[in-house]
Amino acid sequence: MGTKRQFRVWRGDAEGGDLQDYTVEVNEGEVVLDVIHRLQATDAPDLACRWNCKAGKCGSCSMEINGMPKLGCMTRMSTFEENETITVTPLRTFPVIRDLVTDVSFNYEKARETPAFAPPADLAPGDYRMQQVDVERSQEFRKCIECFLCQNVCHVIRDHDENKQAFSGPRYFIRAAELDMHPLDTRTDRKDYAQTEQGLGFCNITKCCTEVCPEHIKITDNGIIPMKERVVDRRYDPLVWLGSKIFRRGQVPQTSVTSGHSPGAVRSSAAGGGVHSHAGGSHDAQAEIQAQQGVNWHREVPHPTAPAVDASGKLPLTELTFDRAAAPSPFGDDVTFPLPPEHLNFAHPDQDERNH
Amino acid sequence: MTTNSHRDTSATTRIERHHYDVVVIGAGGAGLRAAIEARLAGKKTAIISKSLFGKAHTVMAEGGAAAAMGNVNSRDSWQVHFRDTMRGGKFLNNFRMAELHAKESPQRIWELETYGALFDRTKDGKISQRNFGGHEYPRLAHVGDRTGLELIRTLQQKIVSLQQEDKREHGSYDARIKVFSETTITELLLDGDRVAGAFGYYRESGEFVLFEAPAVVLATGGVGRSYKVTSNSWEYTGDGHALALRAGATLINMEFLQFHPTGMVWPVSVKGILVTESVRGDGGILKNSEGKRFMFDYVPDVFRKQYAETPEEADRWYDDPDNNRRPPELLPRDEVARAINSEVKAGRGTPAGGVYLDIASRLPAEEIRRRLPSMHHQFKGLADVDITKEPMEVGPTCHYVMGGVEVDPDSGAAYGAVRGLFAAGEVSGGMHGSNRLGGNSLSDLLVFGKRAGGHAATYVDQLTGRPRVAVTAVETAVETALAPLQRDTGENPYTLQQDLQAVMGDLVGIIRREAELEDALARLAELRERVAKVSAAGGRRYNPGWHLALDLRNMLVVSECTAKAALERRESRGGHTREDFPTMDPQWRRVNLVCSLVGDTVRLERKPLPKMRSELIGLFDRAELAKYLTDEELTEFDALVAADAAAADVEKENR
Repeated sequence: MGTKRQFRVWRGDAEGGDLQDYTVEVNEGEVVLDVIHRLQATDAPDLACRWNCKAGKCGSCSMEINGMPKLGCMTRMSTFEENETITVTPLRTFPVIRDLVTDVSFNYEKARETPAFAPPADLAPGDYRMQQVDVERSQEFRKCIECFLCQNVCHVIRDHDENKQAFSGPRYFIRAAELDMHPLDTRTDRKDYAQTEQGLGFCNITKCCTEVCPEHIKITDNGIIPMKERVVDRRYDPLVWLGSKIFRRGQVPQTSVTSGHSPGAVRSSAAGGGVHSHAGGSHDAQAEIQAQQGVNWHREVPHPTAPAVDASGKLPLTELTFDRAAAPSPFGDDVTFPLPPEHLNFAHPDQDERNH
Repeated sequence: MTTNSHRDTSATTRIERHHYDVVVIGAGGAGLRAAIEARLAGKKTAIISKSLFGKAHTVMAEGGAAAAMGNVNSRDSWQVHFRDTMRGGKFLNNFRMAELHAKESPQRIWELETYGALFDRTKDGKISQRNFGGHEYPRLAHVGDRTGLELIRTLQQKIVSLQQEDKREHGSYDARIKVFSETTITELLLDGDRVAGAFGYYRESGEFVLFEAPAVVLATGGVGRSYKVTSNSWEYTGDGHALALRAGATLINMEFLQFHPTGMVWPVSVKGILVTESVRGDGGILKNSEGKRFMFDYVPDVFRKQYAETPEEADRWYDDPDNNRRPPELLPRDEVARAINSEVKAGRGTPAGGVYLDIASRLPAEEIRRRLPSMHHQFKGLADVDITKEPMEVGPTCHYVMGGVEVDPDSGAAYGAVRGLFAAGEVSGGMHGSNRLGGNSLSDLLVFGKRAGGHAATYVDQLTGRPRVAVTAVETAVETALAPLQRDTGENPYTLQQDLQAVMGDLVGIIRREAELEDALARLAELRERVAKVSAAGGRRYNPGWHLALDLRNMLVVSECTAKAALERRESRGGHTREDFPTMDPQWRRVNLVCSLVGDTVRLERKPLPKMRSELIGLFDRAELAKYLTDEELTEFDALVAADAAAADVEKENR
């Protein structure tokens, strides 16, 4: 009943290894993890692979499938062509233990360093009162299943082991954001911590973490950007600094929105390339609107500009699939500095008063 | 490759040694809560987890944690919760555990908020509570449909916060509480009748590790991996059950397995994965292939009074629960599972062998996405089904084992011939009787996890001398663990697991018959021979084949307990249905079946159930009790009621 499909699975350990070819039966409705299990039961009983729930809830079976970081249990075989060879490799950012299993202890170390929830001293258990609308922002981040795909894909540490010490990664930025937004957390230094201890400033908002999140948490828009906004008046963040050089403070939403429906929108020379976006350069109108809803326009706002995207409108995820080495410029590779004056966004210092 | 270099003999094997006061085996809700309590009591505590920290099976719990906080309906109280639990378990529960659970759950939930948990809220800012099968009032504290994840993450983060305290105080995160992730315990080591330690291996390296500790808390979860269609992960191989048996403890109620009525049945690869009961709590209904809402035909007499008779009344209940009776879709799980089974058997099932669960026609799409986000996500991702547009195909899946280590209800200490062994959560037995109510598990983990951890700490305090681990016992454990790697003539462990799953699924499943159970026992005996000769290819580093080979012997002994007890109990009750004895028998309600290990064979004994205290039995109607109790017990009850009435009269006269 099943068809025979070609698989290439990385086998090896810390000392090295290579891709091995397998021909394996695949049945209707199966996912990549099923195929890995079939390999274990037939050709490769000692093939190492983590898994638990097989329902996308525990985040154990993270792997790279055809170079894309994914959960094995949530990647349906029907998403591939019949004759396509499927390549399965371990997460690249973490040291290999064996086959598809990597040493993810980096994440647990960072988790341990992040200061825990600080409960209010004067509230007894049972007396906590919070409104649904206030807990929802933190709840979004608590959906995290700790699959570490965001950590794996992050340019700052993927292929840059030397950054690991100073950089906690997207998973722990949203942990800091979650606590920052917790209605009853009594610590007030969450943002400071993110900047000084977690290395938030390294993040150049390429949104890769958001793209790979199997829980669809808006890591960048709802977690990282608000944290960057809040630290802006106290800390040096190269991106924010640059943004503040390019764009003036106090812009009203109408003039800062991307998209054609606003006459005052900023355009750079590149179509879609250097467009100023609050959704981290996704060029998705929906995301843009949602991003704006989370923005407080009376605060100083960083203005990330989008890098170049590929044919599908997305950022290249890995350098392997990208046409040059290193991460793309957060401003778009086709943007040169200084910007021509006609592309600068200008807002009159008094315009806020006039609009209110 | 590396294969040969790792085939060490036991003589040269390096064994890492650790000393702890309390070792907690299992890092799910019960294990983490126990560890927190032991650490708070000042004990040096180790947490041992087969998976990574935070990946425990608890994350699969979706609906919520039952606790009579009365936030949504103020009529709720521990007495009502106690009644619901006993009713759900068909009065076979250990009454004291059900009582403690009902009384202490609210505190355990509130405590989670001080650890940072963020439950969904009511309008006045309290913890919101939802309806669930078998619960009279909205009682389940929840976070959308990912409550288990919230619980595990909260406890995980609490442990991290304790480690941060220790770092400040002692300079090391691991000073007083340490997590050993991806570590499996294969043997408990004894000194006489006292626990002296635990022996196991690191999954990653295959190296052995010995924990010397006077107290061990088992929190290893269930046994579902012995079944073909199951919602349980690979970890659920009955390790704690088997470790307890081998250490001289006893298991009770092993014949009772809960088959969750709604598991996914399509596609094949996700068969068994859970569809939360909240789908039904929020308005979802079950239909057969003819489009009929069939649950109205399956309301048993004992529940007739509490459940609606017409779809109109059932539908009014969602908005006006005080004046209408509940929809029959919310009957306890065993009833719904049996009903679905009957519909499919009668030829009214879906093509994939289930029935339809329909929420799409009952709620607006937006509302479905808001209330059931992870179900929406799960069906979209795994089955390419949009539950806001189409019905789901569902059928029963092995979900939970009610049976487990027989424990002292107050302390969680194992009965039998062993001291220093404690159990909490799914691995312990008695709390849920013959059938567990949805939502009672998460609160069970917290209530009895805390108790087991606390009492383990007290036990350590009371010890006069530390038990010692015998060298020979460690050597034997090493040999047993290495044996599958050193054989190359035996069978593949995966084949053996499939065969075991086939025996249990086909012959000891939802509906059981005497001849089939006897057949099952014969086949398990054959399997035992084959498992004893299993061989695993490859080396010791992260070798899942070897790990499974070692788990098999646990799965096998626990399966034997289930099959033996199922054959012995000649009645149908909760999670045990005998086709040849289809009704409940009040005489059997007074009996627990207790399994122990003699040599390596399972021995089964009957043991009377403890008698409920008078103020607790007084919470029930006579009419309800009459469905469960023997005439003799009813006479006693009447005498009790008469005595109470007389006492009340006397009091009135005196006044």
